[in-house]
Amino acid sequence: MVRFLPETLVHILGLPITNTLLTTWLAALIVIAVSLLAVRRMKMVPGTLQNMFELFIETAHSFVQDTIHQKKVTELVFPLVTTIFIYILFTNWLGLFPGIGSIGFWETHGGERELVHFFRPGNTDINMTLGLAIVSVLAAQILGIATLGMLRYGSKFINFTNPIKFFVGILELISEMAKLISFSFRLFGNMFAGEVLLIVAAFFLPFILPLPFMMLELFVGLIQALVFAMLTLVFLKTATEEAH
Amino acid sequence: MEEIQTAQNAFAVALTIGLGVLAPSIGIGMIGKGAMDAIGRNPEAAGKIQGAMILSIAFAEAIAIYALVVALILKFV
Repeated sequence: MVRFLPETLVHILGLPITNTLLTTWLAALIVIAVSLLAVRRMKMVPGTLQNMFELFIETAHSFVQDTIHQKKVTELVFPLVTTIFIYILFTNWLGLFPGIGSIGFWETHGGERELVHFFRPGNTDINMTLGLAIVSVLAAQILGIATLGMLRYGSKFINFTNPIKFFVGILELISEMAKLISFSFRLFGNMFAGEVLLIVAAFFLPFILPLPFMMLELFVGLIQALVFAMLTLVFLKTATEEAH
Repeated sequence: MEEIQTAQNAFAVALTIGLGVLAPSIGIGMIGKGAMDAIGRNPEAAGKIQGAMILSIAFAEAIAIYALVVALILKFV
């Protein structure tokens, strides 16, 4: 019924192109297209789309500024956090679009005929969410090393001055690994559970029962994008701070 | 033999998700209660409290999602 792993559609140059990859490409294209549409011919008194974008960017910027109180770090951190938010939001909401997850072709696997969809919601692929989590954690490490310097940042994790600090350093190291797992599984679990829920609801009472669950999915998609971006922000902030 | 295998599998799946969401749901309720108390005491700070509440609820829900992922792996793999 629902497969855990994404289905490969074609192989290009030896690399498998899965249906979730197609959806993420589509989401990225839409984000780029809408952004380009908003910023061409920018006016001092903005039109509608530019106005919406300016409102959103100003709100996000003041939110990031309130969390990180230094102006320099805000300018470094703001593009990454906002891009993560917008991209995950569009990928989540694109999964609810008509045509995504419904149009496909029949394939026979080991005696059974299964429907392989052309598009599948992007974050139902653990590879996708793991990639985003790696980006977040790596960005936090790079920002920490850039702000504090290699030695001071390394002394947060490996510290031989004190037995207590040594153990705290080991715990910090383990907690960084746990962040990877936690980030990827939170987003993957929410989106995959939502997809399974919609399929099961459509199986029981098609056209009517999926409706309240789709409303829930809209909300959950927004909250998960928000949580991913906010957690990235908080981890970027704590990476620039000294160990206590 | 295969029916016993599938029956055990179904049992494990149901037990995993059933027990796994017990503690996170209580946790989310407590977070909500704390947030309500705080907003009731200080309605001006409602925006900040709401922001911190959403973040904490997402953390608590993530644990329930881990249990869900284990249940899904048991069922579909």
